Amino acid sequence: MRHAFLAAILACAVALATVSADNTKPILVPKKVELPAKNFTQDLVEGIKFEMVYVPGGEYVMGSPDSEAGRGNDEGPQHKVALKPFWIAKWEVSWDEYDSFWKNESLAQPSKDPPFNTVADALTRPTNPYVPEDYKHGREGFPAICMSHHAAMMYCHWLRVVTKRGYRLPTEAEWEYACRAGSPDAFSFGNDASRIGDFAQFKDNSPDEDHAKGTTAKCGSKKPNAYGIHDMHGNVSEWVIDHYDAGFYSKCATKPLSLQPVVKLTDKKWSHVVRGGSFKDPATLCRSAARRSSDAKWMYKDPQSPRSIWWLTNMDQIGFRIVLPVEEQLDLLDLKPMVVKKAEHDPIVDEDK
Amino acid sequence: MTDSKTRRDFMKAAGAVAVAASVVPTVHAAGTDVIKVGLIGCGGRGRGAAQDCLKADKSIQVTAVADVFLDRAQGFAKSLKEGGFKDRVDIGDRVFGGLDAYQKLIASGVDFVILATPPGFRPTHLEAAITAGKHVFTEKPVAVDAPGIRKVLALVEVAKSKNIAVVAGTQRRHQKSYQEVYKRIQNGDIGDIVGGRCAWNNAGIWFNKREANVTDVVYQLKNWYHFVWLCGDHIVEQHVHNLDVINWFIGQHPVRATGMGGRIGGHSARPNGESKEVGNIFDHFAVEYEYGNKVGIASYCRHYPGPGDVSEMVVGTKGTIRTASGGFFTINGKEIYSAEQDNKDTSPYVLEHVDMINSIKAGKPLNELQAVAESTMTAIMGRMSTYTGESLTWDKALASKLDTMPANLSLDMELPVPPVSMPGKTKFV
Repeated sequence: MRHAFLAAILACAVALATVSADNTKPILVPKKVELPAKNFTQDLVEGIKFEMVYVPGGEYVMGSPDSEAGRGNDEGPQHKVALKPFWIAKWEVSWDEYDSFWKNESLAQPSKDPPFNTVADALTRPTNPYVPEDYKHGREGFPAICMSHHAAMMYCHWLRVVTKRGYRLPTEAEWEYACRAGSPDAFSFGNDASRIGDFAQFKDNSPDEDHAKGTTAKCGSKKPNAYGIHDMHGNVSEWVIDHYDAGFYSKCATKPLSLQPVVKLTDKKWSHVVRGGSFKDPATLCRSAARRSSDAKWMYKDPQSPRSIWWLTNMDQIGFRIVLPVEEQLDLLDLKPMVVKKAEHDPIVDEDK
Repeated sequence: MTDSKTRRDFMKAAGAVAVAASVVPTVHAAGTDVIKVGLIGCGGRGRGAAQDCLKADKSIQVTAVADVFLDRAQGFAKSLKEGGFKDRVDIGDRVFGGLDAYQKLIASGVDFVILATPPGFRPTHLEAAITAGKHVFTEKPVAVDAPGIRKVLALVEVAKSKNIAVVAGTQRRHQKSYQEVYKRIQNGDIGDIVGGRCAWNNAGIWFNKREANVTDVVYQLKNWYHFVWLCGDHIVEQHVHNLDVINWFIGQHPVRATGMGGRIGGHSARPNGESKEVGNIFDHFAVEYEYGNKVGIASYCRHYPGPGDVSEMVVGTKGTIRTASGGFFTINGKEIYSAEQDNKDTSPYVLEHVDMINSIKAGKPLNELQAVAESTMTAIMGRMSTYTGESLTWDKALASKLDTMPANLSLDMELPVPPVSMPGKTKFV
């Protein structure tokens, strides 16, 4: 096992192919990032920047023990995971960053009517949403919300083109590792849920005068964890790469050590994992190990068919953050958005259930 | 949904009154409770509406589809036949294309039609469907100009006399949360309404560029939102939802509109160019509506980047009600219907079909045509006032002779597009 892990670490630098802004010639993103092993600031466009926190590689126990209060059945069995170093965004992708992508008029918007685009990884930007995408939560400096998993993937795709670096969503294993920041407890700050208000925008501290049911907080306004990463336990729940597989932990647990585990992406629109609590969630759902699966119901108020592949109509508590692996794991080298618009993506939802 | 009624009962309920043999469709499955539905307009909303209708009631069967573009009708027929509802799809060769596709569909033996084409065609389609005695689910708006509204208003009584249901896609009237708010208003919880506002402000909508070698009419149909004769402008096509809520809450239509607005252009939802290439609609309107007793409503709609707002507010002598997309229903700032419950409720896009089908089965068909025609006319009056810069009364606006539908429309004809209106210069017709 250890040998395989080392082999993966030592795999020579292969370039990641992705698509350039004009959709024609592939551009190359280096497989390995040649930057010092410390935090850095990434310039995006027009003065917009974001900060990346260095997370050293290592091993940890993923999932929660049976004894953890408020635990979901899919959080076990616990299993040992090994990860290589990566950078993770200091906080969630803000509207400032996301707007520079989806409002970028030099990028094509795909057709809303048949024939739909059949090339999922052509660099495109989301179609305009039917109702305002920020659902009256904060904008400048606040986390972007309501985007689909595919839209988050496409944002990363665009980011790779703009920055020439291999940005992507975190794997579920990376996310939990970064969230724990070395802590085996329910939260990165220990087991005392009463302290969560210092670290997270969650159900009990998120209402304000204009949002009786809670709202997002400015990115980074709560205390960070031991790695210096903010908002992992709260603010908005975050997309990770993985498809949701309730049995995946059991498979991992059959091995003494899982190397960079990930449930590989397909062209299916549903379901993926979101991690971390949100401004709507009670403390138990903000725990480091808590998992949630996306669901077609998150779009059931979209009156069009096929439904959007870009926007969630019923989930204003979903956002995402990005990672940059120091050296990309081999099974994610071909990572790209894969969802295309088609009717089969929208299973019949019996809303009365 | 359980249903013990037979198809025969259903057809009886549909109107023993005026259904002559030539009008009653051949009973497709005698002794069953099947309701045969045809879809006219297979775009995103039409495809969605057909599925919402299938979800609403197990007696629904889709038996025909029509679209001006045959390939689009064929495409949807295929996805219905292969999709999750395939057991309740019996389309056979009833797939129709062309500008007269709606007539073929109405004559194909359906009981119930869904009208979901661009709204410019709606009055003609409503007339054909209602005259033929079909139950109609009509998307909003129901017209784009006053002659169209006059035609629709004349159909209200025809539909009643034929005992057919006409339900409109102003789905907030079927949304439980909005119904609760309406109940509170009826109950006098905010006293008498003295004013309010409503808005649909967001970044705008899709724009389809002209492809090479397509005729004027084909291009305009494929980019229909941007042409007044097809869409009515965004105040009519989209903001009608909010105006409809206001009319519903106040219980009447306005008597006057005074508007201002224009086309800023230069953004993805309204590119700059010749009107023939980019359309001739505005991207912002601010209209003051006056209702009886001098009640004033400020209405805003915007299609360029800026703060988003899709909401309604009415101020009464005893309190203020606010309602908004995304779940926000308050009296004096206090929630009266929870956003969580609103999110859990059956989608209003399905409920509108549930309510319609139940009313048909109960023999008391819903007829929403008058209300949706008035809400549509409210928006058209606001648009005409804004386009011309004139303050307009309801009666003057409703008497307008401006007929936007091109005469002798054909897919291959040349069709010039009037320039974008210029308030103060564009004359009221």
